[in-house]
Amino acid sequence: MPQDKKTYNAGVKDYRETYWMPEYTPLDTDFLACFKVIPQDGVPREEAAAAVAAESSTGTWTTVWTDLLTDLDYYKGRAYAIEDVPGNDDAFYAFIAYPIDLFEEGSVVNILTSLVGNVFGFKAVRALRLEDVRIPRAYVMTCGGPPNGIQVERDKLNKYGRPMLGCTIKPKLGLSAKNYGRAVYEVLRGGLDFAKDDENVNSQPFMRWRDRFDYVMEGIQKAEAETGEKKGSYLNVTAPTPEEMYKRAEYAKEIGAPIIMHDYLTAGFTANTGLANWCRENGMLLHIHRAMHAVIDRNPNHGIHFRVLTKMLRLSGGDHLHSGTVVGKLEGDREATLGWIDIMRDSYNKEDRSRGIMFDQDWGSMPGVFPVASGGIHVWHMPALVSIFGDDSVLQFGGGTLGHPWGNAAGAAANRVALEACVQARNEGRELEKEGKDILTNAAKSSPELATAMETWKEIKFEFDTVDKLDTQHR
Amino acid sequence: MTDMQDYKSSLADVTSRKFETFSYLPEMTAEQTRKQVEYIVSKGWNPAVEHTEPENATDSYWYMWKLPMFGETDVDRILAETEACHKAHPNNHVRLVGYDNYAQSKGAEMVIYRGKPV
Repeated sequence: MPQDKKTYNAGVKDYRETYWMPEYTPLDTDFLACFKVIPQDGVPREEAAAAVAAESSTGTWTTVWTDLLTDLDYYKGRAYAIEDVPGNDDAFYAFIAYPIDLFEEGSVVNILTSLVGNVFGFKAVRALRLEDVRIPRAYVMTCGGPPNGIQVERDKLNKYGRPMLGCTIKPKLGLSAKNYGRAVYEVLRGGLDFAKDDENVNSQPFMRWRDRFDYVMEGIQKAEAETGEKKGSYLNVTAPTPEEMYKRAEYAKEIGAPIIMHDYLTAGFTANTGLANWCRENGMLLHIHRAMHAVIDRNPNHGIHFRVLTKMLRLSGGDHLHSGTVVGKLEGDREATLGWIDIMRDSYNKEDRSRGIMFDQDWGSMPGVFPVASGGIHVWHMPALVSIFGDDSVLQFGGGTLGHPWGNAAGAAANRVALEACVQARNEGRELEKEGKDILTNAAKSSPELATAMETWKEIKFEFDTVDKLDTQHR
Repeated sequence: MTDMQDYKSSLADVTSRKFETFSYLPEMTAEQTRKQVEYIVSKGWNPAVEHTEPENATDSYWYMWKLPMFGETDVDRILAETEACHKAHPNNHVRLVGYDNYAQSKGAEMVIYRGKPV
């Protein structure tokens, strides 16, 4: 069969000769990526896009003879489209398609090593941000995903028709294990579903992990007997080594804990995927914290958008993931947050530029992840939180529980009453964000704990502007 | 600000036992219950009635009152079944469930008649 025979020509070629393919139609099995690119002065967009495609796939800076031992035209990444970035003349979006064979099955590690590897330090671009990815369904099916998923967790914990409530135990560092267990017991007996280890709590000299696990478990069991409801406390098994992480997870299982916790970015995706697999094997729920995410995702021009980190976690595995609150002390643009909440929970995400979602994403039968709203929220935020997050979420009040003037149990009860009043009102067809004050005031008539919480926090607000906004025209 | 109050809850005090969604609110009035039934119907969920002796409330499986009312959208008929279950088992917790067959879960579940605490 006659075909074009290639010959070896050493030297440096323009990337666009090989990697810019505007005529290419992506396949259903391709990985797609949308990068926001700010090229160096004088580098044309097509060349910069092609360079990103090359450096995140098969290319290197010069032609090598071994290129000709394979079918590089099959394996290469293809820059197939370029678009303006609304509101930013320096940047453009580069859309790149990668054949599925470039990625080891079930390996988030391999995806990221390619897509956000060396290319991010590449000289031809001044700044580069991975805005979104489309994972082909064929690849999704090779990943384990959430060990349990939303529906299984609800069944295990017997929580239906409402968001779940949690609380991070404070002070975040320094409590003894026994005093820490006391704080957990108090929030659970007051009506919360979960307590949570702070992410910084691993196994420090003031509180070793095994002691913490033992006392926390005692608190869970007593609160369950007292309230007749199922309770949990995220036991943080994040550890210096995988061996130590598994040891702690095994012990949590041995004492009957229903849920453990992991920090997926600082610990890394290899550890996280392994732990998620362990949780699936052992019927353990897995709460995921995202320490370090803002280092990676906050700069609007360089790094990885959180919606991509969300997709990576859903593939790697976790039953809960912190999402931001929209209303509390931490960063979060409302529409963008709604976008990545959908990415956590839905089985299919439609492209929706108004939420920063650049591609359709089919999750197949992969279970969903509970978004966790945590940080700087209190009872007055409850109507907005229930309205924004809906039932499939975990709302976590740390200071908003523990800072109650009558203590943790009263703070927990205040939150539980506020939550249930909001859910009841929503079901009755009332508009939570408009009528929130009435709904809470009415509920507080039968709950002195809530009345006191409302008095304590009414003046606290967080009104700083968001740093990382969606790309929109603002001129 | 009100003086500090003790949080009244203990193993010995049976009124400390809760039963999930809405159990931290006052018992619903008939009108409030009707609105929750309307909500379940409006979501397209299948209403169901279940009951249990309060001492067994932590079990996963309560007794079904007949079968879930698949496709039932008549709020009065649904309420009539909850009343019939309550009349037959006056000391039991009676709960209203909205089965969401797409999510393969319960979209709603709440105790609407509270049994005698034990």
